[in-house]
Amino acid sequence: MFFTVAAFFLIVIVIFQIAKATEYVSVLKGEEQSFKQSNKVNGVLMIVFLILGLIGVYWCNKLLYPRMTFREGSASIEGEQVDKLFWITLILTGIVFFATQILLFWFAFRYQYKENRKAFYFPHNNTMEIIWTSVPTIVLLIMIVYGLRSWFLFTGDAPKGAMQIEVTGHQFGWEFRYPGEDGVFGKKYFKDIDPANSNTLGLIWQDNAALKQKADPATFDDIIISGTMYLVKNKPVELLINSQDVIHDVGLPQFRMKMDAVPGTPTRLWFTPKYTTEEMRKITGNPHYTYELACDQLCGNGHYSMRAVIEVVTQQEYDVIMAKQKPAYFRAFPDKDPSNQQPAAATDSTAAPGAATALRAAHDTAALALR
Amino acid sequence: MNNEAVLQAGAATLHVAGDHGEAHHHHKQSFITKYIFSQDHKTIGKQFLITGIIWALIGGFMSVLFRLQLGFPDTSFPWLSTVIGHWAKDGHITAEAYYSLTTIHGTVMIFFVLTGGLSGTFANFLIPLQIGARDMASPLMNMLSYWFFFTASVIMLSSFFVETGPFAGGWTAYPPLSALGDASPGSKTGMDLWLASLILFVVSQLLAGLNYISTVLNMRTKGMSMMRMPLSTWGVFLQAVLGVLSFPVLFAGFILLIFDRHFGTSFYLSDIYIQGVGALPHEGGNAILYQHLFWFLGHPEVYIVILPAMGIVSEVMSTNGRKPIFGYSAMVMSMFAIVVLAFLVWAHHMFVTGMNPFLGSIFVLLTLLIAVPSAIKVFNWLTTLWKGNLRFTPGMLFAIGFVSVFISGGLTGIYTGNSAIDIHIHDTYFIIAHFHLVMGVAAFFGMFCGVYHWFPKMYGRHMNNTLGYIHFWVTLVGAYLIFWPMHYEGLAGMPRRYYDYSSWESFKQFVELNRFISICVIITFAAQFLFLFNFFHSIFKGRKLTVKNPWKSNALEWTTPINVGHGNWPGEIPEVHRWPYDYSKDGHDFIPQTVPVGEEDNPLYTSAEFTGIKVEEEPAKAHTKAHA
Repeated sequence: MFFTVAAFFLIVIVIFQIAKATEYVSVLKGEEQSFKQSNKVNGVLMIVFLILGLIGVYWCNKLLYPRMTFREGSASIEGEQVDKLFWITLILTGIVFFATQILLFWFAFRYQYKENRKAFYFPHNNTMEIIWTSVPTIVLLIMIVYGLRSWFLFTGDAPKGAMQIEVTGHQFGWEFRYPGEDGVFGKKYFKDIDPANSNTLGLIWQDNAALKQKADPATFDDIIISGTMYLVKNKPVELLINSQDVIHDVGLPQFRMKMDAVPGTPTRLWFTPKYTTEEMRKITGNPHYTYELACDQLCGNGHYSMRAVIEVVTQQEYDVIMAKQKPAYFRAFPDKDPSNQQPAAATDSTAAPGAATALRAAHDTAALALR
Repeated sequence: MNNEAVLQAGAATLHVAGDHGEAHHHHKQSFITKYIFSQDHKTIGKQFLITGIIWALIGGFMSVLFRLQLGFPDTSFPWLSTVIGHWAKDGHITAEAYYSLTTIHGTVMIFFVLTGGLSGTFANFLIPLQIGARDMASPLMNMLSYWFFFTASVIMLSSFFVETGPFAGGWTAYPPLSALGDASPGSKTGMDLWLASLILFVVSQLLAGLNYISTVLNMRTKGMSMMRMPLSTWGVFLQAVLGVLSFPVLFAGFILLIFDRHFGTSFYLSDIYIQGVGALPHEGGNAILYQHLFWFLGHPEVYIVILPAMGIVSEVMSTNGRKPIFGYSAMVMSMFAIVVLAFLVWAHHMFVTGMNPFLGSIFVLLTLLIAVPSAIKVFNWLTTLWKGNLRFTPGMLFAIGFVSVFISGGLTGIYTGNSAIDIHIHDTYFIIAHFHLVMGVAAFFGMFCGVYHWFPKMYGRHMNNTLGYIHFWVTLVGAYLIFWPMHYEGLAGMPRRYYDYSSWESFKQFVELNRFISICVIITFAAQFLFLFNFFHSIFKGRKLTVKNPWKSNALEWTTPINVGHGNWPGEIPEVHRWPYDYSKDGHDFIPQTVPVGEEDNPLYTSAEFTGIKVEEEPAKAHTKAHA
């Protein structure tokens, strides 16, 4: 630390001495002479910067390209369009980038001050102006058309048969709700949120006179999983996105998708996962590869830790995982859980399945009523 | 308003009517009226500049602090705890301090440095000098605009010393985070001070902007038609138009936010449950409404920042290229197109808020179209350099550097503006790289370009060129080393505004890269001290100017004496006969705007005295002698 500071001051002092010296030299040699000299140095530096810069661009790309996700490509089918549009844009802007930067620094070097050269009086040329107004306009319009086609696909309706998952962000974590057996999300209200009684999302489980609510039976089988989202390979999924407190954002870098979670204003997003997590680990050769859901909208001091894991699995694996989940309702009301009632009602072995059937029937009517 | 009347109205005591020749020397000014509560546009410009420099230093140092955290998340810096106390525990800045630093860094850089410091400086300093006016239309309003800015600065600074810390919700201050003190400690008193500061800043901008506009429209000297104004004046004029039309919308947004914070309204709030607090009563508001109001200013704001820089660069490039700016009217028209389109693209910051897809598509169209005028400007700059005779003064170097970073940052705008790509890179490091290059570094380069170029006019002395060269090359290389690799991080999806990436499987491969970037930040920041030293040292010790017109420029400001008094021209205001870009025309190296058309070869107008390149002996002495 000390040496760094000392070295820094040493460098500063040296630079100031050089600067002072050049000022004296310019007085001795005459301003004109020292101007010409420094002009040459800067002219050469222009071309040096250009060449080193181009080498740097190549080298940076070589070093960093493998660390991005473009090698294995998008992990969702729709995200492929993002990648394709990205490559088209990269090629077009790349041409402009290299052409203009090379011209800029080449002109700077080539046309540096020479005593006997006269600058070319060239105030305007309409043909040139028209060319470089219309060509960029046309190119940009092509990119707009390309981009909007994908945009309307992404923001359009999810395909029929897509599974639905409700994603809720809060400071600082994610909750995922699955509709359960009935395929219907029960109603919820933010004033019913009560984490102390396991109601993390405010599902309307009970009648509430103060809030003029009637219990929604469709909530009884909703499954809530915290921190991990399970998706099925090749099955489109529609995320219904909510926030409980401030604006969050569902960022899915590997799937190339993103959508804000806004309190009071639900949003949605859909895509189709292409590879399971296991497959991706093989493709990348990284045994720790994980799909991650990152919060992409500053949401407070814990923003950076607002992480969820996404497990993409096959349909069979998914069914096994889901079969193990218990509806959140039973966490709040363990006495209503049929598996808890089993030992008490052991004498009447038909009671438990009977209750479950009754429950399911209630869901079905509720689901019908909602439709 | 009559040009002479301005000085009489604004500084009646300072001016003897009918005796303009001696006018500015009759000022009996105390230190306070001359340097502090001055109504001279030049002094006010310098006040904006120095305040801006101080803020740039503070804002830059903040970026060093948070880059230390990003680059060295596992290293402890005990000196940090010594310097900033409990904001740095065990030698690490806390997450709370990190978010405050990034927030205030963004706020002060964009508003105080690049709006106040850049356009405030050059609009004030250049407009009257370049259009031939004795001062602004209202020198008093002009002075007030600075003092509102100053008060805003002091309030912003004071928010560092409140117990709950400065605001920490990002410079965009999206509610509900910014509205609820329970959601973030920074949203308590710190946010109130932040809002108070920015509201005063808006007032300052409106006072200043109205003044710039009325001055340019009404007070041009004889012969100075709009299409004969230097592009630097066009730049600051058009940014003022943008500011006057968009800042009030931000003001409205802030007022609603204050109501939501303190008076129980629900403009932006609905359905909120804060853990540990419970459900809030607000219902029916919409958090996205604020974003519309914010970005209605927020997007024009980036053009408010870049238009003056574009104008300055055009002027400096033409002067030092000894060649007229190519396509003057195309340059003006494209700036005009930017002003109009700037109001129609704001929602491209909101593609992922769940907005109506059709609305989004309109904003894609308009956003990508705004690239066209920017492209025209770049091609015109390149053609200006072509077959020129380039003198690499430090100002010229920064002009060339500006074009380079503007190209690099501008092209990535085509990615971010296309919603289908934005959906992947939104709020990642790609965005950081994009806007820092295109409006952060570029606007800073425009500012440096202007300071190096007009320093002789400001202080009657030269800055040291060698220090300027070193400053430029280190800064240019540093800026690219810092921001170029960030594109890769962003394309990998690495989110902005993260305090620590080490627990993320998808982003932790960038640990070494972050360290490299942080080291570059420290070196580049250190290089700025070369500028600081050069600037302040040269004010007092720089080589004195021996000629009025050191750059052999055509523009009107160089026809004023080396040490300009209040009132700008000792005699009559010169009449203008031509545009300011007659360089290398018909065998003349330069033809000042004051030379009548057809009189280019008249010895009266080619004399060293008239063109301002006559060496004045002991300028200071001659100056006092003449008026003794």
